[in-house]
Amino acid sequence: MLIPRLAFRSLRSRLLTTSLTVTSIALSVTLLVGIEHVRAGVRESFAGTIRGVDLIVGARGSGLQVLLSSVFGIGNPSGSVALSTFERWQRHPAVKWAVPYALGDSHRGFRVVGTSAEFYARYRFRENRNITFAQGRVATTDVDVVIGSEVAEQLKYTIGSPVVVVHGLRDIGTSSHEAHPFKVVGILARTFTPIDRSVFVTLEGIEEMHEDENGGPATAGGATATAGVGTATAGVGTATAGRGTAGKPARRAVPPPGTPAAMPGAEPPPGTPLVMPGASPPPGTPLVMPGAEPPPAVNPSSPNPQLISPTPTRRSSVQPQPAVNQSNPLLQSNPLLQSFPLTAFFVGTKNRFEALMLQREMNTDLAEPLTAVIPGVALGELWQNIGSAEVGLRVVAIFAVAIGLTGMLVALYSSLEARRREMAIFRAIGAGPRTIVSLLVLESGLLSLLGCIIGVALVYAGLVLGQRPIEQRFGLHLAIRPLGTTEWLYIAVVLVAGIVIGFVPAIKAYRTSLVDGLSPRA
Amino acid sequence: MTIASAGSPAVELTSLRFAYRAGRDVLAIDHLRIDRGETVFLHGPSGSGKTTLLGVLAGVLQASSGQVKLLGSDFSTLSSGARDAFRARHLGYVFQMFNLIPYLSVRENILLPIRLDAHRRARLGSVSFDTAARDIAKQLDIAELIDAPIGELSVGQQQRVAAARALIGAPEVIIADEPTSALDTDRREQFLALLFASCKSAGATLVFVSHDHTLMPLFSRTVSLAEINHAATVPVRA
Repeated sequence: MLIPRLAFRSLRSRLLTTSLTVTSIALSVTLLVGIEHVRAGVRESFAGTIRGVDLIVGARGSGLQVLLSSVFGIGNPSGSVALSTFERWQRHPAVKWAVPYALGDSHRGFRVVGTSAEFYARYRFRENRNITFAQGRVATTDVDVVIGSEVAEQLKYTIGSPVVVVHGLRDIGTSSHEAHPFKVVGILARTFTPIDRSVFVTLEGIEEMHEDENGGPATAGGATATAGVGTATAGVGTATAGRGTAGKPARRAVPPPGTPAAMPGAEPPPGTPLVMPGASPPPGTPLVMPGAEPPPAVNPSSPNPQLISPTPTRRSSVQPQPAVNQSNPLLQSNPLLQSFPLTAFFVGTKNRFEALMLQREMNTDLAEPLTAVIPGVALGELWQNIGSAEVGLRVVAIFAVAIGLTGMLVALYSSLEARRREMAIFRAIGAGPRTIVSLLVLESGLLSLLGCIIGVALVYAGLVLGQRPIEQRFGLHLAIRPLGTTEWLYIAVVLVAGIVIGFVPAIKAYRTSLVDGLSPRA
Repeated sequence: MTIASAGSPAVELTSLRFAYRAGRDVLAIDHLRIDRGETVFLHGPSGSGKTTLLGVLAGVLQASSGQVKLLGSDFSTLSSGARDAFRARHLGYVFQMFNLIPYLSVRENILLPIRLDAHRRARLGSVSFDTAARDIAKQLDIAELIDAPIGELSVGQQQRVAAARALIGAPEVIIADEPTSALDTDRREQFLALLFASCKSAGATLVFVSHDHTLMPLFSRTVSLAEINHAATVPVRA
């Protein structure tokens, strides 16, 4: 018990040196463990951006582009996906669910996403967490808007706030869809994903908005490009009605390429009441998805059923089955609506193993060139590319620890110089190498142990204090979790290094005092 | 290790040679014998190898050749660790100054040797550490300082604490390296009186190094290092 007591008393007697040494070790440990926490946090929040989705499908392009443009809202999508294509795949036997994803508009810098109500139920993030509503409900009508938490926070929106959407991503004041104001019906709880910075509307909402803006067929062909939702607008309600009343098998009539064509069955008596598609199902029509909402009675005043197809579709080989997507009931049997471009769609498969086959099938499909990516794989690839920053962080951390340990060695060495006298006294009393070495090694061990404890405590204190500000500032959620294997390893290395470093001056002390330890020079 | 029976010399050097660097002897002593119970005044000018000789006697320095025997044990046959243990068990050492561990109290400084060595601890018998420390402190007239921090002591008090530490657990040999040189004349005699009394009551042999010749008459024997050390006739250090 003598040596621990001596070590403790000795450290206490040199409080300033001791605390400076401990501080330098603590700071390096803080840096090391902190960087590891941040690294893991970045990685987790990145990998947890999207879960529960088996495939993300976009127009043919690189997988990375599909992922970045849809999930992260970075860059431009490789193209658009026709709604009919979405519907076609939605009926694929391997598909359990599919959710459309239409981008191209924005609200005060936040991107607007047109999607279905199913999106909120299917999207998962982090450890399989659901999207939850902080307030309100799912967007169901064409004026409903659901906003992400960051949108709500920054714009100080509450339920009922009006939202005006503009075309494109920047508000240049010329193409705002003022004629179609939306109203906030739901605010999502924070997810720490790009969802927080998104504004969600229904596909019908996008539809309506562009229709109101364009005002009719004359300009229907004007809107194009990635978010050319404006092309698929007019007469949708009546088209559906027409199909219903006619009782004909609703076919996806496809106009010959390059030829503007009138819609077959698209001239119903104006004002014909909408008929539920399920009311008199045409022979051969597959049954409506159970539990699907009835089609909203949209757009009874749709100005003109005479439609021009501005974008000849290439999908001549569409399946003959009529569309029965009840969440987009208006889009059936209307060529314009079939060309309604989505940016992407998310797919959940009935069986996880089918995702691979389905991906292959989609990627090789001749009808419309698509790129289907498995989110986990694409995220992994992306992380590989940007992950070199991780190595950089680690290198910095390791250097920090090397500096901290060198500092400790310097501190031990210089204190040893001042303690030569003390060592000589111990030697004169008869203290052997074991006593001297254990005393000094115990001291350096205690210094590094204390440094590690304080360093880790600082990390957790930093996490407790900094968690919210970091979330708010950087959108990075740093979990307060127990130390991981890597972190324990780092701490073990620091401890062992501290102990080993203690041996250097200890052995020197023993040798030195052998030679001149008994001399009275102080 | 076996300790020869009383009557054998406390210290015996035979054909001792010591050099820090090969070929440059600092000590060359043909023979020196100190009997048990003697109080020896060892004197010599600076550079005559006093401190080196004490290092050899304490077993901190190893003779280059010749024989160093303390209490019948031949140091040349002992390992460095065994010499450390021997020192802890049988020797008390007092430096010229700065004798004490600054972060320990007077009591803890006095008790260090018996904490370090079980043999010396055993010699206390049934006496508790505290009593032992108080007894020896009383002998050296520092009983009231027993709990004081080292920093509050005068140099004379510090030297007495050092003497108490050297004497606790009744080691056979006390080596003192100019322990009075930092004291004024009055204190010097007072310190020596206490040291002599304590050595006598413990039956310890005292080897006392000094260049203060006025102290010479107080000792039972005087040894001039300059006379017995042949190496010192060559001016080793300027």
